[in-house]
Amino acid sequence: MLDLIKQPWPWYIAGPLIGLTVPVLLIIGNKAFGISSSLSHICAACFPANVSFFKYDWKKEAWNLFFVFGILIGGGLAASLLQNPDPFVINPKLAAELSGYGITNYNNFIPAEIVNWSALFTAKGLLMIVAGGFLIGFGTRYAGGCTSGHSIMGLSTLQWPSLVATCCFMVGGFIMANLLLPLILSI
Amino acid sequence: MSIKEKNKAPLTGNIKYLIVGVLFGIVFVKAEIISWFRIQEMFRLQSFHMYGVIGSAVLVGLVSVLIIRKFDIKTLGGEKIVLPVKAFSKGQIYGGLLFGLGWAITGACPGPLFAQIGTGATIVIITFLSAVAGTWTYGYLKEKLPH
Repeated sequence: MLDLIKQPWPWYIAGPLIGLTVPVLLIIGNKAFGISSSLSHICAACFPANVSFFKYDWKKEAWNLFFVFGILIGGGLAASLLQNPDPFVINPKLAAELSGYGITNYNNFIPAEIVNWSALFTAKGLLMIVAGGFLIGFGTRYAGGCTSGHSIMGLSTLQWPSLVATCCFMVGGFIMANLLLPLILSI
Repeated sequence: MSIKEKNKAPLTGNIKYLIVGVLFGIVFVKAEIISWFRIQEMFRLQSFHMYGVIGSAVLVGLVSVLIIRKFDIKTLGGEKIVLPVKAFSKGQIYGGLLFGLGWAITGACPGPLFAQIGTGATIVIITFLSAVAGTWTYGYLKEKLPH
């Protein structure tokens, strides 16, 4: 059984479990599933700096910070206790493309050869780590939600603005992965 | 909110969300949703995995919400369940495109950032701090941006 759990979980197990988060959060405390708002609560708690957008009672939303801290712990537990002993399998086409950029190590969840502490102050590292993170934080708040708040919670409750947001997430992702990232990885 | 709920210390009241988060984080790691490589496959149409995850998650969420509405299911505390309404703004387009770019370059949306840090990828702490800075910058510039 444990051996089975250690294998990568298929989409038809993982997807429904993620979907169940929606009713679970609603039933245990009337909370709307969403993750990117935690970044806003951190700003409101740590550096509100008189910006009106961050002047709200973040303590009322503290549940969200507990939730994301749980995700961090869950990530640690899964990586330490339930680690898959087999090598990571990726599509051969992707492997061929990435090897052209010197990325051949698939043992981590991030491309360790280009995303690491010593790469942080290179042009490529700054773009992949700092600029990428900035776009996540700026973009999700501008859009009013991320993959969880819009694509899962919003679509589950049939909100058309969330469909617009989800389509834009995908368009942005396709542009980056296919047009811009090859340029960045060639640096 | 029941009286019992009100009297609970905030910490114990919030532990249940931490537990849901832990389970959620385990799913993120075990289904490799936090993998930069899986996100690259998704945006290159080289794997069905992520589409299956998101699609089946939405389907289960949708059916759950329909059941909650149909049977007027209450929270454990006896409250009526409130579903948030997302108002349209152009931010969903501009912000959505910008987030999409960030999602593909880092291989992470906000949830996976936390899980990646948990797995020991300490460099992602910088990505996370930069995401907090991005959120702060949005809050600072909000009035000047088109919505």
